Amino acid sequence: MTRRQLLQYLTKHLDLPLLAGMGLLMTISLLTLYSASDQNFGRVLAQGANIAVALTLMWIIANMPLHVLMRIAVPVYVFGLLLLVGVALFGEISHGARRWLNIGVATIQPSELMKIGVPLMMAWYFEKYEASLTMKNYLIAAILLLLPVGLIARQPDLGTAILISASGFYVLFLAGLSWKVIAGMAVSAVASAPVAWSLLHDYQRHRIEMLLDPSQDALGKGYHTIQGMIAVGSGGLIGKGYLSGTQTHLDFLPERTTDFIFAVYSEEFGLVGNLILLAIYLFVIGRGFVITANASNYFTRLMAGSITLTLATYAFVNMGMVSGILPVVGVPLPLVSYGGTSMVTLLVGLGMLMSIHTHQKLVKT
Amino acid sequence: MNYTASEADQSAAKLPGWRASLLFALILLALAGLLVRAFYLQGIHDEFLQEKGNQRYSRVVEVSAHRGMLTDRNGEPLAVSTPVESVWASPSVIKMGDLKDAKMDEQQLVKLAQLLSMRVSEVHDRLADTTRDFVYLKRQLPPDQASEVSGLNLAGISLKREYRRYYPAGEEIAQTLGFTGQDDNGQEGLELALQGDLAGKPGSQRVIKDRRGHMVEDAGSLQPPKPGADIMLSLDLRVQHLAYRELKLAVQKNKAKAGAVVVLDARSGEVLALANYPSYNPNNRAQLTPEQMRNRAVADMFEPGSTMKPFTVATALETGKVKPDTVINTENGVLTIANKKIHDTHPEPFLTVAQVIQKSSNVGASKIALSLEPSVLWQTFSDAGFGAHTGSNFPGEAIGMLRDAHTWKPIEQATMSYGHGISVNLLQLTRAYTAFAGDGDIKPVSLVKLDAPAVGKRVFSEKTVGEMRAMLESVVLPGGTAPMAQIAGYRVAGKTGTAHKLEGHHYSNRYVASFVGFAPVSKPRVIVAVMIDEPEGGQYYGGLVAAPVFSQIAGETLRMYNVPNDAPLDNVIVPPTDADSSREEV
Repeated sequence: MTRRQLLQYLTKHLDLPLLAGMGLLMTISLLTLYSASDQNFGRVLAQGANIAVALTLMWIIANMPLHVLMRIAVPVYVFGLLLLVGVALFGEISHGARRWLNIGVATIQPSELMKIGVPLMMAWYFEKYEASLTMKNYLIAAILLLLPVGLIARQPDLGTAILISASGFYVLFLAGLSWKVIAGMAVSAVASAPVAWSLLHDYQRHRIEMLLDPSQDALGKGYHTIQGMIAVGSGGLIGKGYLSGTQTHLDFLPERTTDFIFAVYSEEFGLVGNLILLAIYLFVIGRGFVITANASNYFTRLMAGSITLTLATYAFVNMGMVSGILPVVGVPLPLVSYGGTSMVTLLVGLGMLMSIHTHQKLVKT
Repeated sequence: MNYTASEADQSAAKLPGWRASLLFALILLALAGLLVRAFYLQGIHDEFLQEKGNQRYSRVVEVSAHRGMLTDRNGEPLAVSTPVESVWASPSVIKMGDLKDAKMDEQQLVKLAQLLSMRVSEVHDRLADTTRDFVYLKRQLPPDQASEVSGLNLAGISLKREYRRYYPAGEEIAQTLGFTGQDDNGQEGLELALQGDLAGKPGSQRVIKDRRGHMVEDAGSLQPPKPGADIMLSLDLRVQHLAYRELKLAVQKNKAKAGAVVVLDARSGEVLALANYPSYNPNNRAQLTPEQMRNRAVADMFEPGSTMKPFTVATALETGKVKPDTVINTENGVLTIANKKIHDTHPEPFLTVAQVIQKSSNVGASKIALSLEPSVLWQTFSDAGFGAHTGSNFPGEAIGMLRDAHTWKPIEQATMSYGHGISVNLLQLTRAYTAFAGDGDIKPVSLVKLDAPAVGKRVFSEKTVGEMRAMLESVVLPGGTAPMAQIAGYRVAGKTGTAHKLEGHHYSNRYVASFVGFAPVSKPRVIVAVMIDEPEGGQYYGGLVAAPVFSQIAGETLRMYNVPNDAPLDNVIVPPTDADSSREEV
């Protein structure tokens, strides 16, 4: 095999526009991480390793033919559901929540797997009954969604539960869920809000209260929100400059390498930097929609749409939370926040997008 | 499953494309929302938020000022401030015992306690009240130990620069210098008296602190601290050293309760040494008793006894009532005034005025005193500084008691002439002798080095002074009460005192032995006063207990200062210590 053939083999199933967007976000991730970790090069290397592992997985997924993706949908979903039950029974408690499962060699967070598993399962289900979709099918799909979401919400991990609900809802919506049902759901959601409020944990309620007026407990429960807003605002138009963010380096900013890394970036690169970051996300999301629009069948279209929309939702929720327009939920900034798990989950999703795009192209020609 | 292009198109057609477009539009809207928010925070609201941000890390902190140094007259350091670090904690940050938010675990607590040499429970207790923002854990840690603590990098634990006072001369001069408290304020002695000059003015500094309160960088001084002034004292550490050494020896040898020594520069009134025993180590005051802390030379009053006689006699000489060779009828040693008897140890029918001093005759002194108007005698005592502050500004100075002349009864006038019924402190008594050591002036005393000798107040004429010096010189010669005060190579003048101690309203069988003298007589350079409280080693006369101490201190000081001899080196003629003449009236 010549070098050229090798390169072709390696890139055959990759999508260059998506790769370019990802590459930019990952560059921003490593640069910002270096600043956020007080110039800890080890942190940057660790994130580099996370990226390498995730990219490898992405490549493998991108090279999987679509029928393989369809075939793994049910096993992945069932396996994930079993793990969630396992967590509920034997999970390790950390920071007051039961989210982790110790499988001997490592602790894993099964809810992460379900971020892919749920839309995959639902897309598979709709594909299977594509010819004759009735209300019953939507109901069953909804149950497929609500089972894992219920388990995750009980952990409690409301952020992940909401995000998985969103990805499932996107599948339902794209699969043509009747407007009447959507309207009915919206009405019942509003009606059940007081009940839901009473079911929330104290800390969850506080987070929502803090969003409305963070200054009422500036050093306690409103701390994250206020510090995030101050850091973002401190950046001004052009930012304080790379490695010069005071809120970051003086340790005022919580979770600054993970969920609040956007605040670090914002403080150092300002409004101009934010415009650039939003543009990159918009580009990646736009490319996702192009892939969705060109997807050849029901399954791939639902799957591509859900992945793209979920990525967009993550980005919006994270930036919204840091800049104080959404409550604080544990959502990382996609492809930028430090952390291996979310990086792997996201790149697996993007790998599917690439597979969807490149495999049908091959069929077409 | 094998897909063909046409199949794919068919199935895709069932998926309404407008739904995806709608979602894409919603996403665009959301991102636009973020943009608006970013513009609001970073473009419009940014100054407010930046200010908020600055408030979070920029603090103004107090900067301790360096306390001035105390040195002796030759620049030897006596009290020095060295920088130390104090460790403080914010219990509200650490949240000890909080299961969820505690910033310090058991292991860190143990480690911290170890470094601070504190018990773990003690550290734990200090951190217990989590509503507090500031508690000291340990004050005044040496810098290397403090840097180990900061090396632990614990949240809520910080260092504060402070100064610790160190006294190189230790116990030799402890009571005179006094000491400072933990906040670097003078609490005793000269540290308290000179607080205003020694203490600097704390400055302020703007610093950048991180969330844990650690100072990250110095953002410039707002107001630099104003260090306190260094003060050069009049004390001479060398004289102080030998004064303390000789005093300590004498107190121990005589099994006395305590003792004090004052050494004055006869020319300027400056205090060269001020020693007390028992003493303490000012650098380690853990087991300090009030006894040790007393600056007896200044804070204790005592009845001076016969050391007062020269002032009675000098007043009589000054008024012309008597001359040194005037013969006084000493009534064979017993004088009765209003049913009270005054005794002499060596009964004589007649003594000259000079002999009254030499032999220390109570009857003679009383008769001379009674020949004077009470107000005249009172004026001399008052001018000599009895019953008034010495001008040393020493805190807690006991000014003694000198009653108004019109209240004096004859018996009181008589006993006061030989130092009973009047109380003084040793510094006052020493100071009064500046009149005889100088040219008749009583000089104010000073504990701070003077640029020029202080101007005194004229009390006696030079003629009287000359006559008094001759009489006082006879005291240390054979036949006088204090031959042991002699110094090889120098002429010495002085007066012994041996007084019953007043306990309540009665005189006890305990004594205060004293000697005040100066040398060389031809051109006095130092005045040395020695007071030994309750000697119980078999001897209690001033001439036997206090005079030898004088001789040692004054002699060594004169030799050290290279004062020219005014007597041959073999001038000392010391009679046996049990010589009858050493005993005096008590």
